[in-house]
Amino acid sequence: MNIVGQLAPLAFGLAAIGSGIGVGLIVGKTIESVARQPELQGRLQGLMFLGIALTEALAFIAIAVAFIPFPAP
Amino acid sequence: MLGWSNRCLDRTVSNACSRSPQLITSTLVSLLPLVTGDDSDGGFHGPSIDEFFPPAVLFAGTPFELNRIMLIRLLVMTVLIIVFWLGTRSMKLVPTRGQVAFEFITGFVRNNIIVGTLGEKDGKRFMPVLMTIFFVTLGMNITGVIPPLQIAGTSVIGLPLIMSIVAYVLFIYAGIRKFGFRYFKNALILPGVPIALVPFLAILEFLSTFILRPVTLTLRLLMNMVAGHMLLVLCFAATDFFLFTVLADGNFLGLLGVGTFAFGIAFTLLEIFVAALQAYVITILAAIYIQMALAEEH
Repeated sequence: MNIVGQLAPLAFGLAAIGSGIGVGLIVGKTIESVARQPELQGRLQGLMFLGIALTEALAFIAIAVAFIPFPAP
Repeated sequence: MLGWSNRCLDRTVSNACSRSPQLITSTLVSLLPLVTGDDSDGGFHGPSIDEFFPPAVLFAGTPFELNRIMLIRLLVMTVLIIVFWLGTRSMKLVPTRGQVAFEFITGFVRNNIIVGTLGEKDGKRFMPVLMTIFFVTLGMNITGVIPPLQIAGTSVIGLPLIMSIVAYVLFIYAGIRKFGFRYFKNALILPGVPIALVPFLAILEFLSTFILRPVTLTLRLLMNMVAGHMLLVLCFAATDFFLFTVLADGNFLGLLGVGTFAFGIAFTLLEIFVAALQAYVITILAAIYIQMALAEEH
């Protein structure tokens, strides 16, 4: 059986697992801390977006890999 | 369908008729957003990376070649300059309604992003350039969802690269200005590390500080915009295909087009949020990198 297609979406899926878990952890922990100390919400939100941005970067690098013109074997 | 229906646009149309009365019309036609690929065989064509390299509109063949994305960037810069000129022309102690809105958004960037990260004194030093990064990124991102434009100025690598090079030069400048060449020693060699581990950690720190920072700053902005545009094109092209090809043939599977249209609207709202979020993130990251370069010990 022949399966024809691109491997790049699969690679992106694998990379997205990690950053998905990471983003989930960050947001969950932020919600926990806001529940403990609601007065810190503003600062925690900034930190949360920062953490999400850093974690997401891995997934975006994985999208970029698909567009790198690797030489054909 | 928000201008997406202009599908059979041929690359040769805009090139073949230079210096003819058709030039004006072909220029206007090639300014419209296009979904690449023609539907002559009746099949569905998803978006491809060619979306981001539309045919040239003006000055084709010269180094100053302008395509849709470049024209959108020029338009955004003009609009930004006009908005800021009008917004700061006559500031009053008792503000008008427009000034309140203007001060609200600039005040948010000033207080929450810049001063909140860098502090009052350093924040003032780096305020102009960080403010510029924020508003240019916001303006360029938001064109991705404005109907006649519909592609973000940041969705081709040039502009994100410029932003991150500015941030990169800025934090190295800030560090060197404060510490001289001791800055590189501070950045690479962490205090309190066993002497045997120092070379390995120095290599890791070098990679993460001087190579990965600008790369991730560029790719984060670029890939957010590329992926967002691809999603929108996919949703609206699928709507077009389902409603005007499948349903028109009498196949009721075409009603799926209603669902894809709803998803398209939802992703448009998400894109507005992402545009603002990416402007926020790139500015706060640039501010944090400067703050880390200025810190005594880290």
